[in-house]
Amino acid sequence: MKKEKFNIIQDSCIPLPLENVDTDQIVPARFLKATTREGFGENLFRDWRFDEQGNKIESFVLNDPTYSGRILVAGKNFGSGSSREHAAWAIADYGFRVVVSSFFADIHKNNELNNFVLPVVVTEQFLKELFDSIYANPRTEVIVNLPEQTITNTATGKSETFEINAYKKHCLMNGLDDIDYLLSNKDKIESWEAAR
Amino acid sequence: MNTLFDKIWDSHIVHKVEDGPTQLYIDRLYCHEVTSPQAFDDLRSRGIKCLRPDRIYCMPDHNIPTLDQDKPIEEPVSRNQVETLTRNAHEFGLTHFGMKHPKNGIIHVVGPELGLTLPGMTIVCGDSHTSTHGAMGAIAFGIGTSEVGMVLASQCILQQKPKSMRITVDGELGKGVTAKDVALYIISKMTTSGATGYFVEYAGSAIRSMSMESRLTLCNLSIEMGARGGMVAPDEITFEYIKGREYAPQGEEWEKAVAYWKTLPSEPDAVFDKEIVFDAADIEPRVTYGTNPGMGIGISEAVPAVETMPEAGQASYIKSLEYMGFAPGEKLEGHPIDYVFIGSCTNGRIEDFRAFAEIVKGHKKADNVVAWIVPGSWNVYRQIEEEGLAAIFTEAGFELRQPGCSACLAMNEDKIPAGKYAVSTSNRNFEGRQGPGARTILASPYVAAAAAITGTITDPRKFL
Repeated sequence: MKKEKFNIIQDSCIPLPLENVDTDQIVPARFLKATTREGFGENLFRDWRFDEQGNKIESFVLNDPTYSGRILVAGKNFGSGSSREHAAWAIADYGFRVVVSSFFADIHKNNELNNFVLPVVVTEQFLKELFDSIYANPRTEVIVNLPEQTITNTATGKSETFEINAYKKHCLMNGLDDIDYLLSNKDKIESWEAAR
Repeated sequence: MNTLFDKIWDSHIVHKVEDGPTQLYIDRLYCHEVTSPQAFDDLRSRGIKCLRPDRIYCMPDHNIPTLDQDKPIEEPVSRNQVETLTRNAHEFGLTHFGMKHPKNGIIHVVGPELGLTLPGMTIVCGDSHTSTHGAMGAIAFGIGTSEVGMVLASQCILQQKPKSMRITVDGELGKGVTAKDVALYIISKMTTSGATGYFVEYAGSAIRSMSMESRLTLCNLSIEMGARGGMVAPDEITFEYIKGREYAPQGEEWEKAVAYWKTLPSEPDAVFDKEIVFDAADIEPRVTYGTNPGMGIGISEAVPAVETMPEAGQASYIKSLEYMGFAPGEKLEGHPIDYVFIGSCTNGRIEDFRAFAEIVKGHKKADNVVAWIVPGSWNVYRQIEEEGLAAIFTEAGFELRQPGCSACLAMNEDKIPAGKYAVSTSNRNFEGRQGPGARTILASPYVAAAAAITGTITDPRKFL
C-alpha cells in the first residue's frame, strides 16, 4: 500500500450520481477473499462494470472514455453498509485520490482516510452544480486543496471549504499512519491499564 | 447527567489527541478471516507483536461452508483465507475457534453466547455488524482493517466521539411483531443514513420488555441506518442472560461486576443530541422491497410511488425497483418467492429458530421453495437438536445446515441465483448481496417461515 502524501490535486472527474452506493457495490463480497491489499481496483464496481460473462457494460461510467480523472463524484451517503476496507483499497487501487459527495458513511470515510484517499463533503447545491458542470463538459476540473481545506469547481469558479480533523490532515500531508502514532503512546496505554 | 455511552467512553480514554480523535482503550477485539489478514501483515512488516493477545478472539465465519465442515473447504481462495487466520492466530498467540471447533460460529452470535461480550466493555471487530454487542450495554462498533491493525498492535483505536441519539419505542408489540420488525420499521423511518455520525441508545418499554436475543437483533441492525452502533442499558434481563456463561465473571467477581453494571444506565436527566420516539403499536410484520434496508414496508402496505421520493433520489429509487422487479403501488403479499434463508448474525440465535419452528410445525415446505436453515453457531446448532426443533424442521421438509454467515453475503457456496427472490432473515438487501443478481426481501423469522410453507410472501399472523 503506497502512502502517497496529499497536498493539492487538480483533475477531471468521474460522475456517479447515484445515492446510497454501498460497499457491496464498490466491491462485492465474493472478491474479498484476498489476503493482501493489492489488485482490488480490477473489481471496483464489479457488477456495474462487467456482465456475468465478464464483458464490459458500456453504459457504466467507468467504461465510458468520455470521463476520466482521479476524482470520483458520487451521490449522497456514499460507502454505506459493510465495513470492508477492501472498498477503499479498490478505490485507491483504481487510481482515485479524492471522492466528493454530500454525505459519507462513517466507517467507509475512515477507511478512505486510512488509505490516503480524501473524502470531501460538499453541500447538496455544490454537488448538483458539479454534476451539471461535468455533464456539460466532461473535462471540467476540480481543485482540491488539502492545506487550505477548499474544493473548487473550475467551471463555475465556486469554492467551498471542507472539514477534516487536524490530526488526520497532518497524517495525509506527511504520509503517516495511526499505528506509528499509537505505539509512540505505549507508556500512556500502560499507565491507563495500571490505573484501571 | 451522563449517558450510558458517555460513561463507557469516558472510562476508556487513554489520551485525547490535540485537535484530533480520542485514543480509546479496547477491551475486546474480535477477528474473522476476511478483514484481518492485511492487519496481521501490518504488524509483521513492523516486526511487532500484539500488545494484549489475551483480549483478542479469532474465528472464521464468512467463508465457512454450511455442509460437510469435517472436510477441507473446496474453494482454494476461501480455504486460504480461513487457514491464514489459523496461522495468524497461532503466530500472534491469540485464542482461535476454528472451523468445526465446538465454540465456532458467527462472531456476533458467539461473543454474547460465551459471555465474552459484557456490559461496560469497548468492543471492535472488522465487521459493521459489531453493533450487535451493544445490546449487552457495551460500546461496540465495526472498523476497517487498518483499524484492526491499530488494535492488534496497541489495544487502542483512534476515534472521533460520535454524537448521541436516543430512540425510544414505547408500548406493546403486536402479535407476530419481532425485534427484526422493530428495527426494519425504525430504519425505514430514519433512512439508511439517518443515524450516520451518531451512536444510538434504544430505550422505552418495548425495548425493556425485549429478551436479550431480541435486543441483539435490534442493535445488530443499527448500522443499517448509518449509526456506528446501538446499545441498550443493561438490566436484570441482561444479567440473567450472562450469568453462568463460560467466560462471564463467577462468584465474588460476578457480584462486583453486576454492581458496576448497575451504575451504567443513562441518568434520568441525561441529554442526547437527538431524541426520536416511536409507538410500538404502529409496527406490523415488515418486508423490504428495494435494495437497501431502509426501503421497507408493513406487510399489508404497497411499494411507495416514485413521486413520494426526494427528487435527487428518484433515479436510484427507480433503479432499485427495476432490480427487484417490483412496481410502485404493488403489494408484496402473495408474491411468489424462490428461496428462504434463516440465519446470520441478525437472526441466527435459538429464539429465531424457535420462532421459525413455531410456524412450520405441522406444515410442509412449499415445493417451489429452497430453504436454508443455518444456525449462528455450533452452540445454537446443538440447542436446535436438543430442543427437538431439528425434528420439527425435518418433519416439515427442511434441512438443518451447519453454522456460518452463509447466504447473508454468499461468500461460501450458499448463493441465491440471479433473478430469484429470497425471503431472508439477514441484514442487507443490497444488489448482489446474496449472489449476483439475487433479489433479497429482508424479514423476520416468522415472515420467513410463513413464506417457506406457502411459497409466497405471507402475513405470518395467520399462523400464530
